[in-house]
Amino acid sequence: MAGVKMREFRRASARALADDKLQSFLGRSMGTFDGAREEAIEELSRQRWDELRERGRAIKRHTLDNLDYYLDMLCDRVSQNGGHTHFAKDSDEARRIVGEIARARGAKLAIKSKSMVSEEMELNPFLESMGVEPVETDLGEYIIQLAGEAPFHIIAPAMHKSKEDVGELFEKKGIGLPNLKEIEAMADAARVALRGKLIAADMGITGANFMVAETGTVALVTNEGNGRFCTSVPRTLVSIAGMEKIVPCLEDLAVFMRLLPRAATGQRISSYVTHVSGPRRPGDEDGPEEFHLVIVDNGRSNLLEDPDLREALYCIRCGACLNACPVYRKVGGHAYGWVYPGPIGAVVSPALAGLDKGKELPYASSLCGACKDVCPIKINIPHMLLKLRSSVAEGAERGGTKASLGERLAVKGYGWLMSRPRALSMARRLGRWMQWPVARRGLIRRAPVPPFSRWTRSRDLPALAPRPFRDLWRRELAEEE
Amino acid sequence: MVGKARIRASLFVTCLVDQLFPRVGVGVVRALRSQGVSVDFPPDQTCCGQPLFNSGFRKEAAALARRTLKSFAHSDRVVVPSGSCASMMKVFYPDLFRDDPEWGPLARDLSGRVHEFSQFMVNVLGVTDVGAAYEGRVAYHPSCHLLRELGAVDEPVSLLNGVKGLERVELPEAGVCCGFGGGFSVKHAGISEAMLKDKVDNVVGTGARAVASCDAGCLMQIGGGLSRRGADVRAVHLAEILGGVA
Repeated sequence: MAGVKMREFRRASARALADDKLQSFLGRSMGTFDGAREEAIEELSRQRWDELRERGRAIKRHTLDNLDYYLDMLCDRVSQNGGHTHFAKDSDEARRIVGEIARARGAKLAIKSKSMVSEEMELNPFLESMGVEPVETDLGEYIIQLAGEAPFHIIAPAMHKSKEDVGELFEKKGIGLPNLKEIEAMADAARVALRGKLIAADMGITGANFMVAETGTVALVTNEGNGRFCTSVPRTLVSIAGMEKIVPCLEDLAVFMRLLPRAATGQRISSYVTHVSGPRRPGDEDGPEEFHLVIVDNGRSNLLEDPDLREALYCIRCGACLNACPVYRKVGGHAYGWVYPGPIGAVVSPALAGLDKGKELPYASSLCGACKDVCPIKINIPHMLLKLRSSVAEGAERGGTKASLGERLAVKGYGWLMSRPRALSMARRLGRWMQWPVARRGLIRRAPVPPFSRWTRSRDLPALAPRPFRDLWRRELAEEE
Repeated sequence: MVGKARIRASLFVTCLVDQLFPRVGVGVVRALRSQGVSVDFPPDQTCCGQPLFNSGFRKEAAALARRTLKSFAHSDRVVVPSGSCASMMKVFYPDLFRDDPEWGPLARDLSGRVHEFSQFMVNVLGVTDVGAAYEGRVAYHPSCHLLRELGAVDEPVSLLNGVKGLERVELPEAGVCCGFGGGFSVKHAGISEAMLKDKVDNVVGTGARAVASCDAGCLMQIGGGLSRRGADVRAVHLAEILGGVA
């Protein structure tokens, strides 16, 4: 994926921290999803929830261990049902496949239901370039499409937009009457604007929350009904899915249908669950004449082959780790610079877009582990971040270390010192002498040199103690025994 | 006390406590001895290697880990006043040496002998009231590694509840990270500060005279934030309270 543009986390996060409006939004809103998830789990009982999580994990593990088998099965079933499957090894190929289908059908207007993989492969600009108008039909996705932004959150892409923001945006884009103030009026305006597109569209494009191998089914979880519109009205339907989205059978699907809505929004089930198992059959009242399923690799094989990172493919894109992450809650989704934000994004983005581009992301975490706690599949994100950090620092992938010279020197120096207690004791004496001008009553309020100066911007730093513990031990404590 | 034979424990004091908060080490020793534990201190110990490991420098971290493995090769039990350093030794040493035929077995062996301080008190010694006294309201901040890598939810709390005169107050959003995260605190100082602000707000809001935790890193962060704000709240290690040196 040479073409991926990724913004720098450091700069983007600093901008986010300085943005008062964003900060006030994050402070107000980020607890909402988190609270809803907790309530839904309590309602079910925590024990039952943990059983479901374990089952979900086991299914994912089994499926990925036998991925070829289930992908074959899926393809067979989809063709038996009268549909077509395509494999795309990367974004370019995936775009080309969708483009070919659009060209062959002479499509001019494609309605889309929310799909992260289509964001990942930058499908919309590609369709536009070939004269096909893509229209996002999920309200949040529609808003960020109008605004030309990346999703702020995996399941709530426009959550950062206030109603005033949306009002202004709609006015600028000529959606509805000017000067809309109320959310209902805006939703009505969007409905009217979208309705015409939904009816006129000659192509529907969806993602897939899950693909069921035994039945050749694509399962979609939505709350607005737009997904079902996309799968039933246009003559041609294309569903695009990352290859890890597969589950063996409907019974397995049922496990994830309990996990996903609860973890994502705290719902027992989403307002709509849509299953598509191929094109319209004789006697069906609606449905597409033609059904294509595009299964995308785009770097997922890298994760599959890496035993330390494979778990990242267990992700069902619920967004719970974003809601729980104290870093995401301070910097928001756009700081992560690409399509997938938050803790899971910090793992997935470097793997899919290249460690060169995503080298900052594994460090965008205090490693607190809140993400792992809330993950419905118990994905151990902090351990994967550690593994990725070692790939960055030690240059396990392509072209040596990506750590700065300063950091490498600091690491070498620290390692050297900590291996030599005698030198450590001398360094300590030197440190005591050096801190003398800035230490008052055991605290340093302003350290003159980095990295200490970065600490003392907002925190006092404890000075080196008059005597280290090892001296206290030798002088007093050892003899007390 | 458990059984007749005296329980022996080696103290791994951690580099932060050794250099910055030696009183915490004194507290650990006093608290352990109050329960009849025989404590020793292998003198060549330094750092467990976690700062390097967390920055991605596994090779350099492994060098310090090998030192530590040697220092504690003959210890019955190792007590560590840090959830974070104890996680390093219990969870990440075996991972660091998982394919190493020489050090792998030693790492797995040490892993079973390492105990975080509060877990040692409650789960090994079976005590929650060590006879300590501390007057006033205390809020407890569970450090992330202690909570999520080692799964210590109740141990520190029950120890605090056992302290005479201590009134424990609930800390809102207690389980949210304070923003320390080792190198994270200076690498992403701005985010770290923003996280700390919430923590300090919550601590100050409880009206406690002290916030207790089991990790010097968090105490350095929260204590540094409290004193910069001029708040009359101290950050103390659980061991300081239990050892009567707070």
